[in-house]
Amino acid sequence: MAPTLLGTKLGMTRVYTDAGVSMPVTVIQAGPCYVTQIRTPDADGYAGVQVGFGDIKPRNSSIPMIAHDFKAGVEPQRFHREFRVAEGDLGDYEVGKALTVADLEKVAFVDVIGRSKGKGFQGGMKRHGFKGQLASHGVERKHRSPGSIGGHGSEAGASGRPKKGKKMAGHMGDVRVTVRSLEVVKIDAERNLLLVKGPVPGANKGVVVVRPATRLYKSKAAKAAEVAG
Amino acid sequence: MADGTQGIIESFNNDTIKTDLPRFDIGDTINVHVRIVEGTRERVQVFQGVLIGRKGRGVDEMITVRRVVDDIGIERTWPINSPMIAEFEVVRRADARRAKLYYLRDRVGKSRRLRDRRRGMKHVEGLRTKQ
Repeated sequence: MAPTLLGTKLGMTRVYTDAGVSMPVTVIQAGPCYVTQIRTPDADGYAGVQVGFGDIKPRNSSIPMIAHDFKAGVEPQRFHREFRVAEGDLGDYEVGKALTVADLEKVAFVDVIGRSKGKGFQGGMKRHGFKGQLASHGVERKHRSPGSIGGHGSEAGASGRPKKGKKMAGHMGDVRVTVRSLEVVKIDAERNLLLVKGPVPGANKGVVVVRPATRLYKSKAAKAAEVAG
Repeated sequence: MADGTQGIIESFNNDTIKTDLPRFDIGDTINVHVRIVEGTRERVQVFQGVLIGRKGRGVDEMITVRRVVDDIGIERTWPINSPMIAEFEVVRRADARRAKLYYLRDRVGKSRRLRDRRRGMKHVEGLRTKQ
């Protein structure tokens, strides 16, 4: 099983396929990540791997974190994340081991997880895709309003107030977003670079998590199996 | 990590950007050799027209070429760096004082033509044209 990696979104550009089709790609600098701790069912009750990513000056880290990384035999790491691993795959990992994009060689599709750009307080049309009201036909000053929010639709029946979780205006963005099943276009193991098709969440230079795709529909699954060999 | 970000992206772009393009400016009449794939066969179609605009830069640069057939204007837009374009040829160099020649769309008859370039030829002197 290919590992999950931490990386930095560098930006977008385009590449042309062999068929001459322009393809939008995101360049991600993924890894090298170092295993800093291993979670075992015996000690922790679950199987997982903690990895560190990114250089940091020791003076910007903290003594406990530096010691934690030192115990794993690696330089101080800027980010630490933990990922669940199937129990049988734990043997593939050992503390201090470097995980790189080269480990994704046989992966055709990846999921990318990032933190989306914050959009501030937004109305229902932008935030939830509401249609708003008509432009004319007597509509005045309410063209972008969400309309009725209901009054007696709560879980408890006719309670006289709007249902919990009702979609309304509010803060948008700056949440964890997963984009699934992005095609891996290219891997540059030398420079730890990964090109995936299409956009990924967050701003340039933001931290993203790259993992082998977990849900694939039929045609993509067939292609993934082919690449994996 | 921060300072090299754009440089890394450019390194991918440099693989795509064509370096063997002839010099062509707005107003020039150019031939665009477009690859067309029909099933397994591939052939090249030539589109001749006036270059009325260049847009974007680097790997994203697009050109718009306009020609008039039977009094119907046809404009096609391509990415310069697309592998579907086999070749560009400059047929005739003309004088344009604007970066975008959209006004040609409103012109009819003789006024549709652009003057041959008389000034500012120095930088293109001796460069390859078709004739």
